[in-house]
Amino acid sequence: MKRPFDLLPLLALAGFITASSAAAEPVSLELLIRDHHFIPEELTVPAGVKVKLTITNEDATPEEFESRSLKREKIIPGKRQVVLSIGPLDPGIHEFFGEFHEATAKGRLIVQ
Amino acid sequence: MLATGLIVFREVLEAALIISIVMAASRGVQGRGAWIGTGLLAGLFLSCVVAFFAGHLATAAAGVGQDLFNAIVLLSAVFLLGWHNVWMQQHGRELAREMRQLGLAVVSGSRPLYALATVVGLAVLREGSELVLFLYGVLSSGEGTGDLLLGGLMGLAVGISTGFALYLGLLRIPHHRLFAVTSGLILFLAAGLSAQAAASLVQADLIPSLGRAVWDTSSLLPEDSLFGRLLHILVGYVAQPDGIQILFYLITLSVIFIMMQVCRLNPSELKGKA
Repeated sequence: MKRPFDLLPLLALAGFITASSAAAEPVSLELLIRDHHFIPEELTVPAGVKVKLTITNEDATPEEFESRSLKREKIIPGKRQVVLSIGPLDPGIHEFFGEFHEATAKGRLIVQ
Repeated sequence: MLATGLIVFREVLEAALIISIVMAASRGVQGRGAWIGTGLLAGLFLSCVVAFFAGHLATAAAGVGQDLFNAIVLLSAVFLLGWHNVWMQQHGRELAREMRQLGLAVVSGSRPLYALATVVGLAVLREGSELVLFLYGVLSSGEGTGDLLLGGLMGLAVGISTGFALYLGLLRIPHHRLFAVTSGLILFLAAGLSAQAAASLVQADLIPSLGRAVWDTSSLLPEDSLFGRLLHILVGYVAQPDGIQILFYLITLSVIFIMMQVCRLNPSELKGKA
């Protein structure tokens, strides 16, 4: 005998996946590295959405974007551009820095 | 100088600890020095190659090439470590007999030294390419070559000494227990590397994070403290793990563990059960 109710959990799962992917409409942000500084040094993003962060290194030397609280670590070679996915995040402040020039390359991400 | 030394230390530490575990695990095996040395040199050479092509790698795959590369390197190491452990379980008995016969001095036989040598190469490659890039950056910006050299050598020395200390510690373990201990270490090492691979794939947005910071022990034991870092490398400690990292960790741990148990049964035991 067929049991049509078996479809229900599957439908629920499909619904959940569609709903969660719809909620995660990503926000795009740009970050520059120039003379071992981040530009801008403060980024603001809405809470609860995925963020696509494009980092362009205008310096000739490589830099490593690092944030402990965001758990992100990524090398950007000189004169290159990389993409980093963050979030969705809860409201709060996340510090980030350039590991190769920690004295000057500092910034923070504000989630509201 | 101190900043340079710290960065070099951080990058060297993981490879140094992995090499010391591999050296302990292959204690008394003929030709292990040549194998592991080759792995190390190959890793160093490939680090320079990867650093040279870092620009291409970074922009590959729509800006996530580096994350993808890291994940592949890590997962290959996980596979080889698992393979080594399973192989050792299968052949452990013969090896134990052989070791008794030969008075523990030398163990011949085709132990999968190539697997361990490759793991060493991968460990060096992962951190090595970043280190080469960093040093190249500092050199080309002309920020004092002497400082760089001194700081770099200091970082290198401290990193290698830490690995050496772990190795000496492992050698103090009685011979008949060393195998069990190194198998356990390799098991947790593999699980931790697998969780790191998951983090790379999340950063590239290739897999979902399944929940950010499932727990937060960063105030209790920060991951960037020395002890936190050691635990991170050795057993995969993460202060704020993603759900997917925990999943990767547990799956790797249980798959290798179960395979080890299954392969421990020798053919005669299997026949007896059938």
